[in-house]
Amino acid sequence: MLSVQNAYVEFRVAQTKKWPWSPAGVVHAVNGVSFDLEAGKTIGIVGESGCGKSTLIRSVAGLAPLVSGTVTLDGEQVEYGNRASMQRLRATMQMIFQDPIASLNPRMTIREIVTEPLTFFRPEMGAADRKAAALAMLERVGIPPAQANRFPHEFSGGQCQRIGIARALVAEPKVLLCDEPVSALDVSIQAQVVNLLKELQREMGLALVFVAHDLGVVRHISDEVLVMYMGAQMERAPAADLVRAPQHPYAKALLSAVPVPDPNVRIAPQMLEGDLPSPMDLPPGCLFASRCPHAMAKCIKARPPMVQRKGHEAACYLLDDASKKPEPSLIDG
Amino acid sequence: MIGAVKRRLNSATFADERAGEMVASRSFWADAGRRFLRNRMAVFSVGMLSVLVLFAIFGNLFSRWSFEEIDWNVLGRIKQDGGPSLENGHWFGVDELGRDLYARVVQGTRTSLLVGIIAGPVSVILGATLGALSGYYGGRFDRTVLGAYTIWLAIPYIIFFVVWQAFFGRSMSQMILVIILVNWTAGLLIVRGQVMMLKNREFVDAARMLGMSDLAIIFRHLAPNVLWVVVIYTSLVIPEVIMMESLVSFLGVGIQEPNTSLGALLSEGASTMTFGTLWQLGFPAAIFVLAQVSLFYIGDGLRDALDPKER
Amino acid sequence: MLSVENLHIRFRTGDGLVHAVNDVSFSVDAGSRLAVVGESGSGKSQIALAIMGLLAKNAEVEGRIMWDGQDLLGTSNREMNRIRAREIGIIFQDPMSSLNPYMTIERQLTEIVEHHEGMSRRAARARALEVMDAVRIPDAKARLRAYPHEFSGGMRQRIVIAMALMCQPKLILADEPTTALDVTVQAQIMQLLQDVQSDLGTSVVLITHDLGVVAGFCEDVLVLYGGRVMETAKTMALFDQPGHPYTRGLLRAVPNIEDPSDALTAIPGSPPNQHRFPVACPFAPRCADVVDICRETLPQLRDGRACLRPIEELT
Repeated sequence: MLSVQNAYVEFRVAQTKKWPWSPAGVVHAVNGVSFDLEAGKTIGIVGESGCGKSTLIRSVAGLAPLVSGTVTLDGEQVEYGNRASMQRLRATMQMIFQDPIASLNPRMTIREIVTEPLTFFRPEMGAADRKAAALAMLERVGIPPAQANRFPHEFSGGQCQRIGIARALVAEPKVLLCDEPVSALDVSIQAQVVNLLKELQREMGLALVFVAHDLGVVRHISDEVLVMYMGAQMERAPAADLVRAPQHPYAKALLSAVPVPDPNVRIAPQMLEGDLPSPMDLPPGCLFASRCPHAMAKCIKARPPMVQRKGHEAACYLLDDASKKPEPSLIDG
Repeated sequence: MIGAVKRRLNSATFADERAGEMVASRSFWADAGRRFLRNRMAVFSVGMLSVLVLFAIFGNLFSRWSFEEIDWNVLGRIKQDGGPSLENGHWFGVDELGRDLYARVVQGTRTSLLVGIIAGPVSVILGATLGALSGYYGGRFDRTVLGAYTIWLAIPYIIFFVVWQAFFGRSMSQMILVIILVNWTAGLLIVRGQVMMLKNREFVDAARMLGMSDLAIIFRHLAPNVLWVVVIYTSLVIPEVIMMESLVSFLGVGIQEPNTSLGALLSEGASTMTFGTLWQLGFPAAIFVLAQVSLFYIGDGLRDALDPKER
Repeated sequence: MLSVENLHIRFRTGDGLVHAVNDVSFSVDAGSRLAVVGESGSGKSQIALAIMGLLAKNAEVEGRIMWDGQDLLGTSNREMNRIRAREIGIIFQDPMSSLNPYMTIERQLTEIVEHHEGMSRRAARARALEVMDAVRIPDAKARLRAYPHEFSGGMRQRIVIAMALMCQPKLILADEPTTALDVTVQAQIMQLLQDVQSDLGTSVVLITHDLGVVAGFCEDVLVLYGGRVMETAKTMALFDQPGHPYTRGLLRAVPNIEDPSDALTAIPGSPPNQHRFPVACPFAPRCADVVDICRETLPQLRDGRACLRPIEELT
């Protein structure tokens, strides 16, 4: 359904310029991420703030420029410079956002908000049909059609996110990109929205890309999870496997720190020492090497490729070496 | 026939449909209107301003004299006979040349209000559009606009009036045109700032996900969200523009005689102040102050009604 | 040590009164760790602000907040400043809101003690180094001269904790101290708070929405909903057998990474309308165990739970 291969995203930052004529600094936001997604499945993308997970899906959606890499949607490679190709992309792939209230135009009624996509993607529909379709979609996400003439500020955060979902799905796309859709919501509401997304996924056969920093939520909604760090992929594995037995040292550290709502469970968070590399000047080796407790000499020289092991894929030399004889650790010698 | 209509009105689906429309809630503007109406001073000022507008339009009907006619009877004895009087029809007295001051004040009010009401909004729309484009696109375009803005502010605007009028004369339309050109910066910065803030909101991304063009996003999605700023700003610029016109007229580069404006009348009145003909200053000044004060309170009321931070 | 008695907080807004906190009472003993748990609109942050005397101007407060025999609600600004500086430390969600971006870390740390304790600059500096070590900021000496923007989010939160510790307060109010932070950093900060608490014997009131954080840190829990206390209990007991339908719903709704099942149990409905003072159980419209009486009677806190139904009958 959706395939992303070797995506790279960079930003130019003018503020770092010493002189007006010196070249702008380049922030490497996403560094070579690939994933495939089938219809009806969910991939979760997790990582800490600034790891490039949102940037990745924004560039897949065409909201941020992809520097290199290919995106294939429904068997067709997307050309980001081509209007027609982009319009096909948008009809097939929609997005929901992090801040439910800011993602709705405060000066439009929710009926106008939900009807708008139809005017772009279903131009053959009449005005009455569009209105009916929008009201039906609102009802489906749990907003009474009687409230359709209200404005976004009259709804709670959870309801606004439902309206955002209705807007994204009203033109029946096949892929839904979710950019931290529940992190601004309360726990009790968060579960409502996650469950709604799962129901709609089943009904419409949607493929979901679910970006979040909360591993608990991701674990519950995803079939597969991709762990990112500094814009690069660290590990990709089926959700249950990743949680049970992470392979990459960063994934291990991340999972060890997730709080568990059970006072009988003592978590033993693994403390990461060391500094993050600058995203404007990336080291040639593994991006996690500077904080990795298992860093070896070769980790600093070249970036490890993704290797398969026990159904996981992880970018770490340790997995390579697990069968061979271990190399001495940098710290020891 | 009537039976059918009645049945339809009584049917459950009809009731449901109506109920559905009943919960239509007040838009932001309806809410703002309600808040504005609660502000007594602002509503009173709207009334005041309406009276002034009516005065400017229909004031002539009550005048026995035209604004350019000289009353030879009082010329030369202005201090004694030229004061406000019901008998000779000079309600506000006469000016230094023996022309009816009432008719001249009506004419001056018309000029000043017309300049304010046309030049104010047009220059704000000009500035706001530039500001919106500049804030939305950023980059080199933004830097160019800001550069031009900074340079423009450094040039004293009186020069433009002098130069412009040397070339194009001193008619009313030229006056309005030059005021618009001088004020193109009005509202630029504030709209630019608002747009820069709004363009990062996710509803703009959602609009881009529909394939909407940049201009459509600016005018369909962003403009309704900055309109309140534009309205408030316009209400501030109108009195400012009236003041600017009065000032240049006061300095003598304003509108061509025998046409006049409040500023020109004030200037004439002030120059004869020491001769004991105080009405020549008093009447134009009263009208001018009334216009400025009511515009100020209207602006204040709009700000209270529209600014989300004030709530 | 701290006791909040029948606290009511209302806000006058353009749309009428908003009842944020309705009749909340609790107390904090010396050296204890209490969690105040609630979702947005539960009034948890307003309680913290009321204790610190930092409520917005349109607030109306009723009740008593007793601190060492003194009612903080009637205290003068000057006295409140002294208490804020020396006796109660506060940590906000956003560390930048507590830090002055134009002052070095050293100045921000030492200012309070120099001003309120009359400490000499040298002594204050020594004390600053001490607390920087206590919150485990590496290379403390060099970093005293740095400005807030030179630190990462987690480090800034450590500095805010260090600031709170400068005067050796008896109580630390932590209002969502880790919500803005990543999980790995969150784990470090919570560990740090725990160490500080046990080393110095300071009491901590942790205000949070995250039951996961509560489970690992606090001894006692106070659950708020719609500005009212729903339940108060020892953490162990609360997680073993929650006594209120809201607590139960909340615990089921938290995505637990250890739990292999797929379903999350949501609490249906929306947060309560706060424009009316509650006359019935505020949770009744969303409650799975609701009976008619719940919609008419305002349940009072009895045996640590404000629910009209016996605990055995809850689902």
